[in-house]
Amino acid sequence: MPERIAVFGGVYSNYLALEATCRDALSRGAESLYCLGDLGAFGPHPDRVFPILEKYRVRTIQGNYEESLSRRSRDCNCGYTDPRDNQFAQISFDYTAAKTSESSKDWMGTLPRELRLSFGGFQTLMAHGSPRKINEFLWYSTSPVPFLSRLLELHPADLLLVSHTGLHWHRRLPGNRHVVNVGAIGRPANDGRREVWYALLTSGTDLDVRFIPVEYDFKTLIHEMKEEKLPAEFIQTIRTGWWTTYLEILPAKERAAGRF
Amino acid sequence: MNIPDTLEHPLVPLLALDTLWFQVAGTICNLRCTHCFISCAPDNHSHEMMTLDAVGRYLREAATLGVREYYFTGGEPFMNRDIFPILEATLQVGPATVLTNGLLLDPNRAARLRALSDASDYSLDLRVSLDGWGPRDHERIRGRGTFRRAVVGIRNLWHAGLNPVVTVTELADGVASSHGRERFLVLLRSFGLTRPRLKILPLFRIGAEEKRGRPYHRWERLAKDDLIDPERLQCGSGRMVTSRGVYVCPILIDHPSARMGESLSDSLRPFELSFSACYTCHVMGVTCRT
Repeated sequence: MPERIAVFGGVYSNYLALEATCRDALSRGAESLYCLGDLGAFGPHPDRVFPILEKYRVRTIQGNYEESLSRRSRDCNCGYTDPRDNQFAQISFDYTAAKTSESSKDWMGTLPRELRLSFGGFQTLMAHGSPRKINEFLWYSTSPVPFLSRLLELHPADLLLVSHTGLHWHRRLPGNRHVVNVGAIGRPANDGRREVWYALLTSGTDLDVRFIPVEYDFKTLIHEMKEEKLPAEFIQTIRTGWWTTYLEILPAKERAAGRF
Repeated sequence: MNIPDTLEHPLVPLLALDTLWFQVAGTICNLRCTHCFISCAPDNHSHEMMTLDAVGRYLREAATLGVREYYFTGGEPFMNRDIFPILEATLQVGPATVLTNGLLLDPNRAARLRALSDASDYSLDLRVSLDGWGPRDHERIRGRGTFRRAVVGIRNLWHAGLNPVVTVTELADGVASSHGRERFLVLLRSFGLTRPRLKILPLFRIGAEEKRGRPYHRWERLAKDDLIDPERLQCGSGRMVTSRGVYVCPILIDHPSARMGESLSDSLRPFELSFSACYTCHVMGVTCRT
């Protein structure tokens, strides 16, 4: 029997998109839901995310945000290199740290850093950034086949699922092995669309990987972001689908695909 | 002085060979910049141009080691007659970045680069150096007439649909401060780059820069007990290939003891951080990567 799972990452406190994603995944027959971390950042009211994860029994691993919040660190350890990007990251982190309850932060510390399971015969490994580093960015245009093959040899798996970048992609490797970046459901994928994306995986003789766009109540999100005085640049991204921040970390191809 | 001394120094392991550099134009350059850490010049043949065959051999070995990304530098890479086939071969196995002074980037070359980029799944990135706010600063380092020509090269890339990363050394007065950085972005926008990309690099007090600025002080070295972080040092995840073999990093190719062997597999052992330039990387958290 084929199995079907839904995997997403980068919730970024967008509890409205999280609810919509979980519903959509169940309506498409997903038997289990997985979240690859970064529950907070960017959006409003971080504590609204946790009851939804519980309600839909989402198996969740730690992202760099959960690591930093549970350790009571001073920054998100997002891995940005540009001063402007880091300024925005700090605004997000300070807001999220102040608005996340202590018990939620403690719970984040109990989350595993990776998950291993057998999915339809595929030895599957889930990690936040990469199996070797929680905040490593695996972009499509800078994650070549030989490099990904080496990662899967050092961290044995036929199917690797990651997130952290916010952009979804799937690369097939020799020997019916696969790497999938499931993207983020907290903000659009810098494609000029307001929907957010998650991955729906169906096992069979071949692995079927589909990326599903999800509509959600972005107007309410924008209203609440304004009420919480979150940066106008973040709101612009939610409204337009184009990234306005964290651009300097993008490789040339991914940068060229956006508007800014 | 950048010569190794007799003290003991920290050893940095190669965590993984993620980044492979090619000194694709050797030390041969159409400029003679006064801050160049390897004194590149039209007549400096310490390291020769690399051929497509030589680069291809290393690319094949690199693929077996799972290299993630490739960088090309010199000298001036576009002086290498094989640079386009070299980039084409590279972009079949991974992403490539070329460091250039921009002088040879005419509209025809810019269009060919765009075509190479479009034909690959992997990113092709260009980095063009500017050394100041205008002709006066830039040309004091790089020679007469070079500022305008570099800006023309940058514009040609932009018009071809490639958005280069403009690289500035800290010689540009105040550029490292947030205000200076913002001013530089304004300058780039004035060239027509509506989405400017910028990287700022520190200076290494070796090569020509040792004479232009000052040499390292004796104390500017790492001692055995200094806590180093291999994740922040480029020698923790990269190596440099030149016509003369594999070196630990792009900075130290003038030093025989920084040569680690003929093949990449010879170069995977730890490296002792005995040079003063290692101190700059450690203190500044420098990586030559973008």
